[in-house]
Amino acid sequence: MIPEIGQFALTLALAVSLVQSVLPLLGTARDNVVWMKSATATSVLLTGLVGLAFGALMWSFVISDFTVLNVASNSHSQKPMLFKVAATWGSHEGSLLLWVLILVIFGLGVSLLARNIPLALKARTLAVQAWICAGFLSFMLFTSNPFERVFPAPLDGNDLNPLLQDIGLALHPPFLYLGYVGFSIVFSFAVAALIEGRVDPAWARWVRPWTLAAWVFLTLGIVLGSWWAYYELGWGGWWFWDPVENVSFMPWLAGTALFHSAIVTEKRDSFKSWTILLAVLTFSLSLLGTFVVRSGLLTSVHAFSVDPERGIYILVLLGIAIGGSLTLFAVRAPEMEGGGLFAPISREAGLLINNLLLATATATVLFGTLYPLLLEAVTGEKISVGPPYYNASFVPIMLVLVMVMAVGPLLSWKRADLRGVLARLKWVAGLSLLAALAVWYLDTGGPVLAVVSIALAVWLLGSVATEWAGRIKLGEVPLAESLRRARNLPRSHYGMVVAHAGLAVCIIGFVGSSAWKSEVVIFAEPGTELEIAGFDVRFEGVEQVRGPNYLSRMATLTVSRNGTFVSTLNPERRAYPVAGSSTTESAIRTTLAGDLYASIQEPAAESEQNRWTLRILYEPLVVWIWIGSGLLALGGVLSLSDRRLRVGAPRKRTGRAPAPVVAE
Amino acid sequence: MKRILALFPIAIAGILGAFLLWGLNPDRDPNEIPSVLISQPVPEFDLPPVERLGTPGLSRAELAGNDGSAPIVVNVFASWCVPCRAEHAVLTRMVREDGIRLMGINYKDKPRDARNWLSDLGNPYERVGSDLDGRAGIEWGISGVPETFVIDGAGTVVFRFVGPVLGDEAIGKLRTALEQARANRSGETS
Repeated sequence: MIPEIGQFALTLALAVSLVQSVLPLLGTARDNVVWMKSATATSVLLTGLVGLAFGALMWSFVISDFTVLNVASNSHSQKPMLFKVAATWGSHEGSLLLWVLILVIFGLGVSLLARNIPLALKARTLAVQAWICAGFLSFMLFTSNPFERVFPAPLDGNDLNPLLQDIGLALHPPFLYLGYVGFSIVFSFAVAALIEGRVDPAWARWVRPWTLAAWVFLTLGIVLGSWWAYYELGWGGWWFWDPVENVSFMPWLAGTALFHSAIVTEKRDSFKSWTILLAVLTFSLSLLGTFVVRSGLLTSVHAFSVDPERGIYILVLLGIAIGGSLTLFAVRAPEMEGGGLFAPISREAGLLINNLLLATATATVLFGTLYPLLLEAVTGEKISVGPPYYNASFVPIMLVLVMVMAVGPLLSWKRADLRGVLARLKWVAGLSLLAALAVWYLDTGGPVLAVVSIALAVWLLGSVATEWAGRIKLGEVPLAESLRRARNLPRSHYGMVVAHAGLAVCIIGFVGSSAWKSEVVIFAEPGTELEIAGFDVRFEGVEQVRGPNYLSRMATLTVSRNGTFVSTLNPERRAYPVAGSSTTESAIRTTLAGDLYASIQEPAAESEQNRWTLRILYEPLVVWIWIGSGLLALGGVLSLSDRRLRVGAPRKRTGRAPAPVVAE
Repeated sequence: MKRILALFPIAIAGILGAFLLWGLNPDRDPNEIPSVLISQPVPEFDLPPVERLGTPGLSRAELAGNDGSAPIVVNVFASWCVPCRAEHAVLTRMVREDGIRLMGINYKDKPRDARNWLSDLGNPYERVGSDLDGRAGIEWGISGVPETFVIDGAGTVVFRFVGPVLGDEAIGKLRTALEQARANRSGETS
């Protein structure tokens, strides 16, 4: 009964979304306020219906209703409750439902929270949002119905892929989708603006918080996925340039470019068509990601089950959404330019370079991801593109970006004094040179890239600190005055400071864990000892442990340093009898200096029961990546909490005396 | 000018879309890569050993016409390839457990990196040819690393596997191919 209610709610939701696609637009054409306002009511209704459907599916998972095909193939009665709930979005159908749920929640957010947007713009935005919604609801109902029944019902389920039964991965899709799909609202805003043919600073001000919110979620989603790969796959890496990773990374890059260019549109009324284009492209890349993951187009470790019919359907949706919006862009964009002029050395120019570099980086990743397909189509040859390509193309672009990024915030709008700025940064330059020399001294013969990257990270951190110190006039005025200035700096400024510093911290982590990693792989018997990065590790043995739906063989490793006990590590191999597969549970000892990472593999042969393959890695500074990414997200949140983003109309500069709040 | 520029994004999207549509062809499976080499003799190639590794190099001579001996598994690997790492343990186990003869082609890899990799993980290869410029890779028609081939006693390629040999299904396929290669040989001698 419950699944039928869910199915019915979905069907109704499709009908409601179709109404919302048309009625508000007719309202704007005929100046009918009631029709325009109907979008608010329909988005509430739509959210209620899709929420009901989602609840129904989740309920079927919670009570293990194996008459539902989706439950039977992705759950098991013995599975822990958390993963029963998480299995709701573990399959193609369920995750699609989550996708649509988030889509309508963002629509609801605009209809309820955005009170000071002109009625017509709001109506158009919600209508565009409803088009996307109708597209995906129909896709779900026609090709991937999550409520399909199975008869006769199996006694128990097939279980979810054990690799996916993990807290990091249970949270990864919701965050990732909040990011992906969050960009839909920005897309809708952009298309609405294109329909109206008008983009002004106010538009950019409405769009920026939504972009930021989506970007924060996407950042967290990507990091959760990366963290999961790090501790669950047992290989010790955190990024593999796999197509599925790339397709989540591209919207992130484009989104980063977008909220930077939206700043220019908001403050200087310039970069208009570029901002619109980025808004369209960011969501297009999200859609492309959805398509690539679900169509089996490219080889990857974590694609969903492949079905060409589904692929065609999404491609048609993509064609309508992307093709339509870009055609609209081609028609309207040429009339949109104008706005503030600026000198070649200015904040605007800095942000322009930022955008060019980010766009190039996105294109590089896109090319690398699709190249195997392009080549196969043209020559029939099949290849795979690996890390060497990205190290040679993407990394240098990012290094230049970091170099410019340190200078950008110090430049003033319209016309800046580069010489003065560089003079302020000379100490930072010296410091980063010292850092480079120190790294080079400690690690002669190490990769040059590592030396350069560390120097750039220090350069970025230093310049962020310099910029902040200059803003509060640290040292120039009494400390109390500086503190008062620090309190009065807008939150969005702190957002920038924290996020830029976060990236610098990330870079240190990237370099540490990829350039100075050490690894030992041996066949270990109880009593085997080895030495890695100054630690002495002793393999004590393996014992059997029974979990809720798995059997674990857990090793005990004693770690000591210079004879003193440091800690015990317990890497595991878990066998899931129902799913018929095993997972590696690595054991990690984390410190700021580095992670000691241990994983085990079954004995190489039956006859050698006691000889386990033991892999120990020392990954220096890896935790800095997680800290830095946390700072990136925190920066986004801080910026979002700035009251200027919540207060609607552009504020007139008032004659308030104390310290005019300088626009960042 | 502006008008033409504004047409750019849609043009690129259109081209990409055409490729994506082509990619959806239901007969195409990106994981299943056919090889022109199947049932053909081993291609002509001659690879020097990896410098200072201490394992001999690999050429056609060692694979073709090894009449009477067991089938040979040729594995294309590189130290920069992450899946190779995962696959390495499986191949090592098969050498140990099934006694397969394993030869390696070290594809576009710096000798130093390859040496470190093999000394870290262990060297299960009987011979390793160093394919620095990817020339032999072209002869073998590989699409990426890792790839694994099975050569029967007569020097004929009987099986090709693209991607890491991981999981029961992949290992099963490789074992079946080895059985088939052994059968080929007994068929010829009787």
